[in-house]
Amino acid sequence: MQDYSLLWLIPFFPLVGSIINGLFGKKIRNEALIGTIGTAAIGASFVVSCTYFFKLLGDAEKIHETTIFGAMGSGTWMNVGQLQIDWGFLLDPLSALMIMVVTGVGSLIHLYSIGYMHGEEGFYRFFSYLNLFCFSMLMLVLGNNAMVMFIGWEGVGLCSYLLIGYYFEKKSAGDAAKKAFVVNRVGDFGFLIGLFLLFWSLGQKGVRTIRFTEIAANAHLLENGGTIVTIVTLCFFLGATGKSAQIPLYTWLPDAMEGPTPVSALIHAATMVTAGVYMIGRMNGLFAMAPDTMMVIAIVGAATAIFAASIGLAQNDIKRVLAYSTVSQLGYMFLAMGVGAFTAGIFHLMTHAFFKACLFLGSGSVIHGMHHAYHHAHLHDDPQDMRNMGGLRKKMPITFITFLVSTIAIAGIPGFSGFFSKDEILWWSFGSTRGGWILWVVGAIAAGMTAFYMFRLVFMTFFGEQKTDPRAKDHIPESGLTITIPLMVLGALAVIGGYIGVPAILGGANHIHHFLEPVFGQAQKLHAIEAHGSHATEYGLMGISVGIAVIGIFGAWFMYVKNPEMPKQLVAKFKWLHTAIFNKWFVDELYDAMFVNATKRAGRICWKGFDLPIIDGIVNGVGWLVRGFSAALRYTQSGQIHSYAMAMVIGAVIIVAAYVL
Amino acid sequence: MDNLMQIAMQNVNYGSIMPSLVLCIFGMALLLINVFLPRGKTTPASWIALIGLVVTAVFAARGWGDPQFGFAGHVALDKFASFSNIIFLFSAGLTILMSDEYLQREGYPIGEYYPLILFATAGAMWMASGTDMMTIFLGLEVLSISLYILAGMFRGQLRSNEAGLKYFLLGAFSTGFLVYGIALIYGVSGTTNVADIGMYLKSHPAMLGNPMTIAGMLLISVGFLFKIGAAPFHMWAPDVYQGAPTPITAFMSAGPKAAALVAFVRILILGLDGLQGDWTSLLWVLAVLTMTVGNIIAINQTNIKRMLAYSSISHAGYALVGLVAANQIGVSGILFYMLAYTFMNLGAFAVLVLAGKKGEENLTLEGFAGFGFKRPFLGVAMSIFLISLMGIPTTAGFAGKFYIFAGAIKAGYIWLAVLGVLNSAVSLYYYLRVMVYMYFKEPAEDYGWVTLHAGAVISIIISVVGVFYLGLIPGKVMEMARMALFF
Repeated sequence: MQDYSLLWLIPFFPLVGSIINGLFGKKIRNEALIGTIGTAAIGASFVVSCTYFFKLLGDAEKIHETTIFGAMGSGTWMNVGQLQIDWGFLLDPLSALMIMVVTGVGSLIHLYSIGYMHGEEGFYRFFSYLNLFCFSMLMLVLGNNAMVMFIGWEGVGLCSYLLIGYYFEKKSAGDAAKKAFVVNRVGDFGFLIGLFLLFWSLGQKGVRTIRFTEIAANAHLLENGGTIVTIVTLCFFLGATGKSAQIPLYTWLPDAMEGPTPVSALIHAATMVTAGVYMIGRMNGLFAMAPDTMMVIAIVGAATAIFAASIGLAQNDIKRVLAYSTVSQLGYMFLAMGVGAFTAGIFHLMTHAFFKACLFLGSGSVIHGMHHAYHHAHLHDDPQDMRNMGGLRKKMPITFITFLVSTIAIAGIPGFSGFFSKDEILWWSFGSTRGGWILWVVGAIAAGMTAFYMFRLVFMTFFGEQKTDPRAKDHIPESGLTITIPLMVLGALAVIGGYIGVPAILGGANHIHHFLEPVFGQAQKLHAIEAHGSHATEYGLMGISVGIAVIGIFGAWFMYVKNPEMPKQLVAKFKWLHTAIFNKWFVDELYDAMFVNATKRAGRICWKGFDLPIIDGIVNGVGWLVRGFSAALRYTQSGQIHSYAMAMVIGAVIIVAAYVL
Repeated sequence: MDNLMQIAMQNVNYGSIMPSLVLCIFGMALLLINVFLPRGKTTPASWIALIGLVVTAVFAARGWGDPQFGFAGHVALDKFASFSNIIFLFSAGLTILMSDEYLQREGYPIGEYYPLILFATAGAMWMASGTDMMTIFLGLEVLSISLYILAGMFRGQLRSNEAGLKYFLLGAFSTGFLVYGIALIYGVSGTTNVADIGMYLKSHPAMLGNPMTIAGMLLISVGFLFKIGAAPFHMWAPDVYQGAPTPITAFMSAGPKAAALVAFVRILILGLDGLQGDWTSLLWVLAVLTMTVGNIIAINQTNIKRMLAYSSISHAGYALVGLVAANQIGVSGILFYMLAYTFMNLGAFAVLVLAGKKGEENLTLEGFAGFGFKRPFLGVAMSIFLISLMGIPTTAGFAGKFYIFAGAIKAGYIWLAVLGVLNSAVSLYYYLRVMVYMYFKEPAEDYGWVTLHAGAVISIIISVVGVFYLGLIPGKVMEMARMALFF
C-alpha cells in the first residue's frame, strides 16, 4: 500500500500562485517575477503529478482515495443528514493521466505565455486567472465525488469566462465571454439535474452517496437500461455538450477565440473542453448501463465531428479554423465514448491535447509575428487572416516545422500520434457491439475533411508567395525561446505521444489500454462491450481511412499550391454552398431567432409587466415598512438608565406572569 | 473538623481549574510587573498576556482527552468546558493583539488593561466549567466586574464613563434576578449543584409544576438573557458597546457572551431538563424578538460600531435558536457558531480599530466612503467579515447558521428556522450598505492616517483564516463540537 496523502498539493500550488499574483501582482509589476511565480506554481504541480504517476504505475493497487488532510475521513466538507461529503481526491489511472496532461501541457503554456503576453496591461491578471484555471481543472479531475468535481466544473467555466473576456475593453470579447458563460450554464443545469436524479434514485435503494467509487459499486442497484439510468446519463451528457462544445451547445467555442491564444490552447483545446469526455469516462459504469444514451452520444459525436469539419473548410481566420477543428476532434472523442471505446476516447483526448495545443501555440506564434510586423509598419490589418499570410516557412522555421508535424498528426498519417488514437476510435465505431458501419463512414469522411482543411491552413500560411502588405512583410520575426521551447516539446509529443497506444494488430503492446483497464475494464466486461472483427477488416479499414486522409491532403495541395486560382472559381460556382459554410450554416442566427430573442421578449414581459409593478412594489413596500418600524423602535433607546431598568422589570414581570399565573 | 478537611482536600483536584488558575497567576504577575514598566509602555504587558493565553491554551486542551473534576462536584473541566475555553482564549487573544496601538492612539496606555482581560477570561472559564450554580455565579461576577472596569477604562471620555457606569448598574440589577432565581431553585431542591437539581426534579416530578420552580427557572433565565443581550433585556448593549473602548466592545460581544450562553446551556439542559417545555416556549419567543429587534434597529444606524452592537444582539438571537432546538445538532451548533462569531466579529472590529481616528468620530458610514479602494487589504478583509456575518456560503457564518437552523428544523421548529432565515435576509441590508459605502462611493478622504499595525493585522489575518477554515471545512470542528456535548 503506497502513500498518496499529498495529492491535495497538486491543486494547491496553482491556487497559491493565483492568490499571490491576484493580490500582489499589481504591486510586483515585474513581469519576469509574475511569470515565474505562475509557471513555478503549475510546474510544482507537474513534479508532484509525475511522482504520483510513476508511483501508481508501479503499484499493484490502482485506485486510491485521500482527502485534504491525507487520511480518509478527516476532510469532511459537509455532513447533511445521511450524506457526507469530503474534500476528497481520487487517484486512479484515469485521473493520473489527466493530471499529467493538465499540469504538463499547462506548464508549457504558462511558459509560453511569459513571452506571448509580454507588455500586456494586466499581465498579472492573466497569470492569476491561468493559475486559477489550473486549480479548478485539477479539482475537476481529482475530485472523488461529484460535488468536488462540480466545484472544478464551475471553476473552469468561470476562468474560461474571465479569460475569453480578458480584453474586456473590446465589445466582441465581452460578448463572447458572456455567450460562453450562458451556453455553459445550460449544460451545467443538465449536470446538476443529473446529479440530483442520481442521488435520489440511489437513495431510493438505500445508498446515499455521490462518491464516484461508491456510485460505481452501487450502480447495479438501478435497472439496467432502465428509464432512470437513461435520463440521468442524458442529463450528464447535456452537461458534457455544454462544456465540451458538442451539438447543440457548441456555438460558444469558436467565439471563445477572442481570448488570448495561450488561453485557446490550454482551455479551449487541451484541457477544459475535454472535461465532458473525462466526466463520461469517470462515470463509465453508469453510462454503460444506458445503451440508448450511448447511442445518442455516438450520433451526436459523429455529427459534430463532420459538421464542425465542414465549417472549418471555408474559414479564413487562422484561429477559427483551429476552433472548428477542436469541436470536430471533440466529436471524435464523444463518438469513442458513445461506442464504448472509453480507452480510445481518453487516448485521443491526450494526443489531441499535444497536437492541438501545439497548433494553437503555433498559430499564436504566427499571430505574434504578424502583429509585430504590422505594428512596425503602423498598419491595422488583421494579423489572424490567413489571406494576408503565405510563405512564412522561411521566416519562422521552428514554428513551421512544429506546426507541420502537428498537422500531420491530426490528419492521421501513420507513425504520428493522431493516427493511433483516431484509428482506434474508427475501428471501434465500426466493430464495437455498440457501434455501426454508418458511424465509421461519417468518421472517415470527417477525417478526410480534417486533413483537407488543416493542410489548407498550412499551405495558406506557410507556403506559396507571401501576401502580407509589402510595408510589413520583411519585419516578421521568429518568436523567442519562451515561445519556441513549448512548441518544440509539444511538437515532439505530437509525434511520439501515440506510441503508448500502438494496437496489437500493428505489433504494439497498447500500454494505455492496459493502464486504463482498472477504470474501464469492469463496465466493458459486464456489458459485453468489445470490438470484434477479422484482422483483414481491421487492416482494410485502416487503409481506407489513411487513403481518405491522403486524398484530403492532396486536394489541399492541388487547390492551394498547384492551382491557387481554383478556390475562387469553386466559390463562384457553388456560391450558395460557400455562403452557408462560411456563415457556419447560420446556426447562430437560428439560435438567436429561436431562443435568444424569445427569451429576451419573455424577459421584457416579466420585467415590465410583473417585476416592476408587483415584485418591486412588494419589496419596496416591505423595506419602507421596516425602516419606519426601525425609526420608531429607535426611540425606545432613550439612553436613560432608569428607563432601561424599567424595561427589564416590565419584561421580567410579563414573563413570570405569563408562566406562573 | 479534621475529617471534614480531609474530605474537602481530597476533592480539590487543581487539574480541574488549571487553565483559569494559570490565567490568574499571569494576571496577578502582570499587575506586579506593571509597576516596574515605564509609564505609558504597555507593549511588554501585552506580550506577557499573550504568552499567558498560549500557556493556558495548553492546559485547556488537556481537558479534551483527560476530563478533570474537582471541588466536590463544583467544577468540571470536561470536553464542553474545553471547547468553550478555546473560544474564550481566541476572543481574548485577538482582542489583546489589536489593543496595544489602540491604547496608545487613544491616549490611555493603562497597564491594568491586560490583567483585567485575563481575569475576565478566567471568569468566563469558571462559568463554562461550573457545575454548581455558585461556581457559575462566581465566574459571572469575576467576568462582569472586570468588564465593568474595562468598559469605563477611558476615564476622560464621557461615553466610556457612561458605558462603564450603565453596564455596572444594570448588570448589578440583573444579577439580582439571577441570584433570586438560584435561591428559589435552592429552596425547591435543597441543592445548588446543577446535576443534583436535575436528579431531584426527575425524582420529584410533582415539583415541576410548582410556581417556585418555574419562577426560579424564569428568573435565572432573565439573568442570563441580560448577559447574552437578548431582548427585552438588551437595552444596555448598544450604549455600552458604543461607549466602551473598541477592542473591549469586540471582546464583550464574543467571549463573555459565549460564556453566558454555555453556562445557560448547562443549567437548562442538565439542571432544568424537566422544564424543557417551559423554557423552549420562552426562548422561542425571545429568540425571534431578539433577532428581529437587533436587525431592525441596526438598519437605521449610521455609526458602524453601534450598528455592530445591534447586529451582535441579533446574533445572540440566532444562537438562542440552537438552544430552543435543544438537540445535539442545535447545541453543538451554538458552540460552533460562537467560535465562528468570534472570528468574524473580532475581525470586523480589528478593521474598525485600524480605521478609526483618535476619538473614533469617523467610524460612520460616510467615514467609510471609498475606503475599499484606498485601503484594499482592510477593505477586502472587512468585506469577508461582513459576508460571513450575513451568512453567505463558504464563510464560517453560513456554516454556523446552517447547523443551528438545521437543529431547529430537526426538532420540529420549522417556523423558527424560517424566521431566522428571514432575519438573516434583513441583515443583508445593513451589512451590504457598509460594503456599498466602501466600494461604490467616491472616497472623501485618502485615509492617510491608517497605518497597518502588526498586532491588529495579525488578528485580522487569523480571523480571515478562521472564517474560511470554518466555512470551507466545517466538518472537523463541528465533529468536535458534537463530541463536546455532555448529553
